[in-house]
Amino acid sequence: MSDLALSCRGLRRSFDGVLAVDGFDLDVPTGALMALLGPSGCGKTTALRLIAGLDRPESGTVQVRGRLVAANGEWVPPERRKVGMVFQEWALFPHLDVVSNIAFGVDGDASARVASLIELARLQGLEHRMPHELSGGQQQRVALARALAPRPDVLLLDEPFSNLDAQLRAEVRGEVREILTATGTTSVFVTHDQEEALSIADRVAVMIDGAVRQTGDPFAIYAAPADAGVARLVGQANLISAEVSGGFAHSSLGDLPMPTLADGPCDLLVRPEAVAIAPDPAGPARVVDVEFYGHDQLIRCALPSGEHIQVRLIGPHPEFVLGSAVRLELRGQPLALPR
Amino acid sequence: MARAATITVERGRGRRAPVPLQAAALGVTALVLLPIVYLVARALEADASSWRLIMRWRTVSLTLHTIGLAVAVTLAATAIGVTLAWLAVRSDMPGRRVWATLFALPLVIPSYVGAFTLLSALGPTGELQRLLEPLGVERLPDITGFPGAFLALTLFTYPYVYLVTVAGIRGLDPAFEEAGRVAGRSRAHVFRTVTLPLLRPSIGAGALLVALYTLHDFGAVSLMRYPTFTQAIFLQYKAAFDRTPAAILSLMLAALALVVVVAERRARGRARYYRSGTGVARPLRPVPLGRWRWPALVLSAAVIGVGLVLPAGMLLMLLARGLAAGTPLNLTIWAAGASALVSGAGAIFALVAATPIAVLGARYPSRRSRSVESLSYMGYALPGLVVALAFVFLASSYLPLLYQSLPLLVIAYVVMFLPQTAEPLRAGLLQLTPRMEEAARTLGRGRGRILKDIVFPLIAKPALAGAALVFLTAMKELPATLLLRPTGFETLSTRVWTSASAGLYSRAAVPALLLMLLSSVPLAVLARRVGVNPEGVRQD
Repeated sequence: MSDLALSCRGLRRSFDGVLAVDGFDLDVPTGALMALLGPSGCGKTTALRLIAGLDRPESGTVQVRGRLVAANGEWVPPERRKVGMVFQEWALFPHLDVVSNIAFGVDGDASARVASLIELARLQGLEHRMPHELSGGQQQRVALARALAPRPDVLLLDEPFSNLDAQLRAEVRGEVREILTATGTTSVFVTHDQEEALSIADRVAVMIDGAVRQTGDPFAIYAAPADAGVARLVGQANLISAEVSGGFAHSSLGDLPMPTLADGPCDLLVRPEAVAIAPDPAGPARVVDVEFYGHDQLIRCALPSGEHIQVRLIGPHPEFVLGSAVRLELRGQPLALPR
Repeated sequence: MARAATITVERGRGRRAPVPLQAAALGVTALVLLPIVYLVARALEADASSWRLIMRWRTVSLTLHTIGLAVAVTLAATAIGVTLAWLAVRSDMPGRRVWATLFALPLVIPSYVGAFTLLSALGPTGELQRLLEPLGVERLPDITGFPGAFLALTLFTYPYVYLVTVAGIRGLDPAFEEAGRVAGRSRAHVFRTVTLPLLRPSIGAGALLVALYTLHDFGAVSLMRYPTFTQAIFLQYKAAFDRTPAAILSLMLAALALVVVVAERRARGRARYYRSGTGVARPLRPVPLGRWRWPALVLSAAVIGVGLVLPAGMLLMLLARGLAAGTPLNLTIWAAGASALVSGAGAIFALVAATPIAVLGARYPSRRSRSVESLSYMGYALPGLVVALAFVFLASSYLPLLYQSLPLLVIAYVVMFLPQTAEPLRAGLLQLTPRMEEAARTLGRGRGRILKDIVFPLIAKPALAGAALVFLTAMKELPATLLLRPTGFETLSTRVWTSASAGLYSRAAVPALLLMLLSSVPLAVLARRVGVNPEGVRQD
């Protein structure tokens, strides 16, 4: 398994009796850009700190490039793990200029390494600025360059974009991905923003309640979430309760053929873009809310059963107003998720 | 929530302060509490005759005199300090930038120097009297007693309020005042209902310093012959063989000082939360003074005239007159060296003692470390005379080796001035987030390198600022130095005192000038550091 840059098994850590991370498994292939996606408070940051060696697990193992760095009795301190970290608040050293910040972790003559990172992170002309003289985006790039400078085996990024405003975030995100790809650095970044996870990672690990629930490429995670929790976290999801019997799922969407499913309750996952909507005075559903975003709009409809379903439409469609009667049609087969 | 989890990491069970650190902090705190504990023990074993000495009308009168002076000086200094701060920062008074610097300068004049210059100028045989005699003025009103003590203390303490208020006004978010104006209120109304309440924590902190200074003051009240606790304690100590009455009086004065500190904390209460967090760079438009410009200029000139020009002028005149009369110029180099030596030692040891307190407070915040911190700051509220007296008694009874030795004097400085280094150090440590050390570790650096490359460079500045504050304060310190110095050991402050209290004003002039020169250099350095208030006490 030498193609794994990072491998965690059964990590566990609690604070004052409350489990923050429990049964945490994660494999990151060399060169991957992995997003660790999870809701606030699910233990993402704790997991990252366990990997970096800033905190000790109660049990479980961490391997970096096949080296055991944390296990029962084994403990490699953070400075000898070759695991880099970009902190949420960046933690640039306030008394050092850009060059000295980047050179901080480089042994011997750092000038060539620093120069190439300055160029890579597009920090030319800012070499001798102090951290407080930089914009948020520039500080972000310095933090990244500093973490990359000692050529870590794995780079961890803790909510690296949360300190930036929305507009800047999209821009910086792209830049960071370019830099990480250009250097071929194996990276794990923590985020609670599904859009961020899906758009820049090549692999996504979804973390809920202290453990990784599902790992896969962004498309697979979106198309085939393992359970309702993952589905809700990755993209918008309508979950319609259904009862399977005799190869059919009975729900307020009608009776859908599900020949492979065992009898019993389940949830049907219907993505908002997988529903066609048309005005129909005789239609069974009613519009209860319209959110217009310009390029698309989200229309919430009430089904006769009282359940709500969200529909995404591209472009402006002023014809759907509150209270109008509509007809809904599913595009393709919904995914049945175990309850 | 992710942040909340991180905070748990830092504040949770895993972050209990190491035992050596706790032991060091507790040791320092015990040292600070030693004088007061000793005085309490001493007072408890007082016999009936001691109590008879205390339970007299004279004690009531001392209390009233002391409180009366403290209240009057605090009110006057606060009024002057706030007014001058507003004029210097917010008004269009001509030359306000120059005034802004001048207004802070009386701070370099110790109250006992100020007092003897006032006496030599306005006193019964002073310069003014001499000037007016040919004009038929037989006798000027006597300034000794309350008027002189009040004048001297007000003039040389108002800069505390002034500096703190200037910082407060500069840190105010202009949006508050603008919101008040937009809401349809007049400028005066907004000042009264918005600005002043917002500044209350700053003004209160400055007023507290003035009140403590007045309660602690020994030099000015003694020279002005105004009977307060410090003067009575000193006389009792000098005259009586039985030290218990002096200990009881000291305790009463200490209690008074602590009451003032507690009262200010109470009054501040929730007010501190009103402070706007982020200072906005957008400058406020100066308020036009209109026809009030002249009264403003007269007030400013009067304060600077009596508080700065007169003392400095008198000192130079006394010096010149002495030289003209053929008195050899005694530069008192030895006394200056002695001052620098003990103040320097005080600064260094205060820094050493402050380190465990500051680390505990900044890195291991808990209710317990907060109380350790507060207790270790108690020496600051205690009058120097009281601390000194306690150490004199302690050493003479139990540690004869330390009695009248320089180490004991330095220890007293540490006890008295600890917060002045602990506070800046703590602020510096807070700036150094644990995240920064973690970043360095993930960059492959061990603890030694982190100390050398991150921690020391970042706390060097606040540590030096704090040490400089102690140095400055210790230079000017009089009562503790007077009581604890070895026999024959003269510092600049004791030199000034022995000459001035004997009425030999011209002999006090040189050491006084030298003292102001030496103590204003660190002040100038500190003045550049905006945000550090003159006494280095937390204002949060």
